[in-house]
Amino acid sequence: MSLISEGAELRGPIDGQVLAEPSLATVGDYIALLKPRVMSLVVFTALVGLAVAPGSLHPVTAFTALLCIAVGAGASGALNMWFDADIDALMTRTARRPVPMGRVQPGEALAFGLTLSCFAVVVLGLLVNVLSAALLAFTIFFYAVVYTMWLKRSTPQNIVIGGAAGAFPPVIGWAAVTGSLSLEPILLFAIIFMWTPPHFWALALYRSEEYARAGIPMLPVVAGEVSTRRHILLYTLLLVPVGIAPWPLGFAGALYGVTSVVTGAIMLLLAWQVFRERRPVERAAKNLFAFSILYLFLLFAVLLVERGWGGLIARVAV
Amino acid sequence: MSMGSVMTERDKDDGVVLTEAQKRARRSRSIAIALSLAALVLLFYVMTLVKGPMVLVRPM
Repeated sequence: MSLISEGAELRGPIDGQVLAEPSLATVGDYIALLKPRVMSLVVFTALVGLAVAPGSLHPVTAFTALLCIAVGAGASGALNMWFDADIDALMTRTARRPVPMGRVQPGEALAFGLTLSCFAVVVLGLLVNVLSAALLAFTIFFYAVVYTMWLKRSTPQNIVIGGAAGAFPPVIGWAAVTGSLSLEPILLFAIIFMWTPPHFWALALYRSEEYARAGIPMLPVVAGEVSTRRHILLYTLLLVPVGIAPWPLGFAGALYGVTSVVTGAIMLLLAWQVFRERRPVERAAKNLFAFSILYLFLLFAVLLVERGWGGLIARVAV
Repeated sequence: MSMGSVMTERDKDDGVVLTEAQKRARRSRSIAIALSLAALVLLFYVMTLVKGPMVLVRPM
């Protein structure tokens, strides 16, 4: 039987101050703080940026770059969970996260996030290059401070501007190889940046009650469903040409062209259904949300196959 | 004397006494930290072999 967890307060030797109870957090709880599903998308898009970039990078250096980008993304997830524990507790989707569940103390999540952030940025700077490390540091800052602490709770444009944080990984991957930036990684950035609003607003449409309960000013909560549906269609209309752009600009081949046109047409069709459907909006919004993930994955996967695969094999062979 | 004050007195005598679950959680965290540090050492070692003298060069 526990001597300390049955409601008795632990008090320190000086002034009888109340001490935090010893942690029950497991390794799994700390892994959950890293948001592994988000991290997997970050690693994938960073891999594409790294693979399509011109020039060569030793496979071990490429692995190090991806590892640092993954850890940096996970660290920003931990910082997000530290700051958002109060609102996470109010939403079904996030209530079972380690901090609102009480398995990880907020201070532990903060220390974990800060430590991993420092390690990821310093190791990337020491072992790969300074530009990619600077971009990673900015991405962590943008997600944890600009998006989480400022935009998320203050404006319905939170995920429009905050989407930049999720769009940086392929740029960091590119910078890790070349040590510079050009139009191509900016285009990859633009695809994810334009993809983020319709993706998250589709989710927000059928989770709007939860966002309202948590006091997060998502677009459906502040402007209503009709306005959100219009915004989704508008942003999808902007996204599709940006998604196709690498083909006419010569950055991608015919396979990418066909894929981006076909999947872009499906995205537009689904966004149109969300726009037209009155009640219930859930079905169309869920369809768009699910397909938007496949859309982004396909665009980047085809780029990887078309542009990056040969380069990666050549680099490993070297 | 209340139960709470009994436990506080005992804590003063014995320090913080962890439950079995807390000990297991602490052990798993300690192992994870050790493995992470070992991986970091290995990473620096391999990267030094890969880069050779260039490991001291910090490109942009």
